[in-house]
Amino acid sequence: MQVRMRMMLPAAAALLIAGCVTINIYFPAAAAQKAADKIIDDVWQLKQPATTGGSGEQPPPASAAQPVQQPAPAERPGGQSKP
Amino acid sequence: MKTLWNPILAVLPVLAALLVLASPAGAQAQTQTQANIDINTPAINSIKSSMHQRWTNLRAYFVNGAVGLTHDGFIALHDASHVPLPQRAQLNSMIAADNQDRKSLYREIANENGHPDWENDIRMTFAQRWIDKEPSGWWYQNAAGAWVRK
Repeated sequence: MQVRMRMMLPAAAALLIAGCVTINIYFPAAAAQKAADKIIDDVWQLKQPATTGGSGEQPPPASAAQPVQQPAPAERPGGQSKP
Repeated sequence: MKTLWNPILAVLPVLAALLVLASPAGAQAQTQTQANIDINTPAINSIKSSMHQRWTNLRAYFVNGAVGLTHDGFIALHDASHVPLPQRAQLNSMIAADNQDRKSLYREIANENGHPDWENDIRMTFAQRWIDKEPSGWWYQNAAGAWVRK
């Protein structure tokens, strides 16, 4: 009887150690939350304009001030009579 | 009787030693893995852009309450009465496709960071953040699975 108990000791110790190892695998909750926030912001993009309809007409603002219709110089000498 | 107690007494110091060792080791593991979760990989980016593309169509259904967030990181049909019959099949397939993307997203984040076993934790982290970031008026499921209007 006593001998059998002695033999179980290493097994019990091994189990304990294995248990501790699994407990120590740690999930980085804060980093995961930051990652989730980033992805959610990218997918939903709720913070940006968010107005569909109403005054949603904002064409390219940089070139809006200048007249866009400037005939390209290359077009003129080329002639228009190409099929 | 004495022979019965012997092995138990022998285990006690081992237990105590393990407890002492476990806490600093755990703390060390925390500082090591706390570093970061990498989400900038081609696979994750492509899932993201697929979801964003779908979102331009899906968004209206969140706004009118037809669709809501589940408590476990997915989306589900909440109230189909807001949806004209001809559009329901399309909406259902959109929901299914989005949930497929979400599943891949959670799995991919876990895998890319070397911990496939984190998939559930990541999914539940997302579940909470989707709901936190949801604008008021939209719907979500609480932990009991009941629909709640935010």
